[in-house]
Amino acid sequence: MSSGLYSMEKKEFDKTFDKTRVKAYGDTMNDGKVQLSFTLPLPYSEEAKEAARQLAIKMGIEEPNVTYMMDLGVGYTFFVVYGSCIHSVDATKIVVPKVETNTMSMDEVDEYIRKNIGRKVVVVGACTGTDAHTVGIDAIMNMKGYAGHYGLERYQMIEAYNLGSQVPNEVLVAKAIEVNADAILVSQVVTQKNVHIPNMTELVEIVEAEGIRDRVVLVAGGPRISHELAKELGYDAGFGAGSFAEDVASFIVQEMVSRGIK
Amino acid sequence: MAYINLNEELIKRARDAARNIAIDTQKFIDVHSTVSTERTIARLYGIDGVDENGVPLPNRIVDHIKDNGALEDGLSYYLVNAVLETNLSTQEIAEEVAKGNLNIVRLNKHSLDEIRKKAYELAYPMVERIKKNRRTREDMIKNIGEGDKPYLYVIVATGNIYEDVVQAQSAAKQGADIIAVIRTTGQSLLDYVPYGATTEGFGGTYATQENFRIMRRALDEVSLEVGRYIRLCNYCSGLCMPEIAAMGAMERLDVMLNDALYGILFRDINMQRTIIDQFFSRVINGFAGVIINTGEDNYLTTADAVEAAHTVLASQFINEQFAKMAGILEEQMGLGHAFEMNPDLKDGFLFELAQAQMARQIFPKAPLKYMPPTKFMTGNIFKGHIQDALFNVVSIWTKQGIQLLGMLTEAIHTPFISDRALSIENARYIFNNMKSIGDEIEFKRGGIVERRANEVLQRATVLLEEIEKEGLFTTLEKGIFADIKRSRYGGKGLDGVFKKGENYINEFIPLMLGGANNE
Repeated sequence: MSSGLYSMEKKEFDKTFDKTRVKAYGDTMNDGKVQLSFTLPLPYSEEAKEAARQLAIKMGIEEPNVTYMMDLGVGYTFFVVYGSCIHSVDATKIVVPKVETNTMSMDEVDEYIRKNIGRKVVVVGACTGTDAHTVGIDAIMNMKGYAGHYGLERYQMIEAYNLGSQVPNEVLVAKAIEVNADAILVSQVVTQKNVHIPNMTELVEIVEAEGIRDRVVLVAGGPRISHELAKELGYDAGFGAGSFAEDVASFIVQEMVSRGIK
Repeated sequence: MAYINLNEELIKRARDAARNIAIDTQKFIDVHSTVSTERTIARLYGIDGVDENGVPLPNRIVDHIKDNGALEDGLSYYLVNAVLETNLSTQEIAEEVAKGNLNIVRLNKHSLDEIRKKAYELAYPMVERIKKNRRTREDMIKNIGEGDKPYLYVIVATGNIYEDVVQAQSAAKQGADIIAVIRTTGQSLLDYVPYGATTEGFGGTYATQENFRIMRRALDEVSLEVGRYIRLCNYCSGLCMPEIAAMGAMERLDVMLNDALYGILFRDINMQRTIIDQFFSRVINGFAGVIINTGEDNYLTTADAVEAAHTVLASQFINEQFAKMAGILEEQMGLGHAFEMNPDLKDGFLFELAQAQMARQIFPKAPLKYMPPTKFMTGNIFKGHIQDALFNVVSIWTKQGIQLLGMLTEAIHTPFISDRALSIENARYIFNNMKSIGDEIEFKRGGIVERRANEVLQRATVLLEEIEKEGLFTTLEKGIFADIKRSRYGGKGLDGVFKKGENYINEFIPLMLGGANNE
């Protein structure tokens, strides 16, 4: 059993940092300290606390300390657990696919378009499927933008169409064809039960069936969209939380040039 | 109670302008109806159930009249005439129509007077049922008590009504006063109400009459257990706005989101359609003693909370007048606003306080609905929990009515059972620990809070007087609310709007208008 919150017990472990064996850090190198919280469908009791402790051990937590438990009623209990995670990762072998473009400012993007494309770039965007949350697509496209980063509508050399929320994939593609879009932006905020995956896949299928895949840049975005996921589903790029209009615009215009879309 | 000096002359001007806006819009409403309003009448006359393809019978019978080119006379006229002519019940008539055995438009017509009399008589049992529900609620509150204001409002959204019951009962035991069952994504755009108990939904659970019943029963059970009446909330918005109101009234829901402006702006529902629907839905909600919640808070998710604060106040004034017109008491007006300013803003907390205090003073009897931070919530749950704490402080300080609890995981997922528990704990801690702060601390005269509140009031008044000149529809076309522009002829549901013909009757309006005072 753990000896409590303020254990003075000396621990014997190697305290030198090793990038091939990185462990979680609390206050001492390689102490492996982590915090976690979860609920078990068990009534508030010593037995439930022991169940939480055993579950933590199975998760690879050494000497788990259940620091708090709360009765949620209806026979459920919430736990806060601290302990040392035995696992480590080799940080020298990590590869994360990222959008490989230089992010330019709004003015630089406009200038880049004038110089390299020579006409306005047309972008259509929507929050597709049943998703009603326009906060993402609005942040990227609306004039006002988000957190001081102006949206695509404000770019002199971009013609932006924000179709809003709950747009069927067919409607989005039809609009793209109608306005001869260079890029299609899809925002997915609701990812409950992975509802976004089939929806995003369907869009790619429609774009391909319409025969326009070669001449459009296809971009997905949303708080839980990674570049890797987007690529896997057949998009050219994916932008997660913390992306702004200039990241997306920079990618679109550079991708157009590298693919020779004129 | 905390008090700031507000310019009373401006408040009066703003309220007068809002009243004129509502009167002007009501002229349009009075001569129009919609398919959803007619389906609501069908439901109130006891028509329920679905046909062999799962299409609700209220849809079948209204479509039947529409297909026969007779919609302008409305449902009551043909349905009640059919009762007189066939001696079948309203439900039997709907079933026969759905089977294709009966054409109610082509039956012999009784005189309009005779039909009107029968329509009134047939409406009576449902009106009584709803009145009884209202009394049951009042009795339960009297006998077992209720929570202190601000009521703690939490959502459940598992998609499965039976799982929702577990979460809701747990939340009630932890201290929640209002349980809102979030609807499945996209339900607001369905032009029918699904039927029966449902176990599959995305980001929410279908609003169906059976689901209402299941949850109301579960909450009655837990109300007795915890010794507090637990209110049930659902969403009376979208294309089926008045139908949901009727179903809620029948199953004793207590709180309903109910705001046409929200549907127009955020769901792209046609403005004519939903403004007409809103009137009947508010008549029903008013009569049923339901607290309506309006959606002004949502403006701030797209527009900037500092710059657009006056649009929230302007819309609250308009919603107040629309509600009055539909017979809703001030005590039932859960006008909405939100704590949505950028947390990096210097003195932002004081601006939030100003907005909340101003709303409190301008709408003194309304159980104001206060929404938590959402836009600036991130995956940093630790900071998020503090943002929610500040929001709770403003609420207890300014005596808000309904506190939608912020969840530390707001930006991540619909709440886990533990998220809800932590957020209730947060609110209860602050509400108790700071209980009398509003009575103890006075605002500095001419200070940041007072100046800010008057500035917002000033801008709201100017805006309302502008809308008064242009009309509400034109204003919406110009994108004044939430930075979103909507066309009078665009959006979803316009094809369900029609001008009332000379035989049009809806006896439920005279029976229910006047709200909870209508005996």
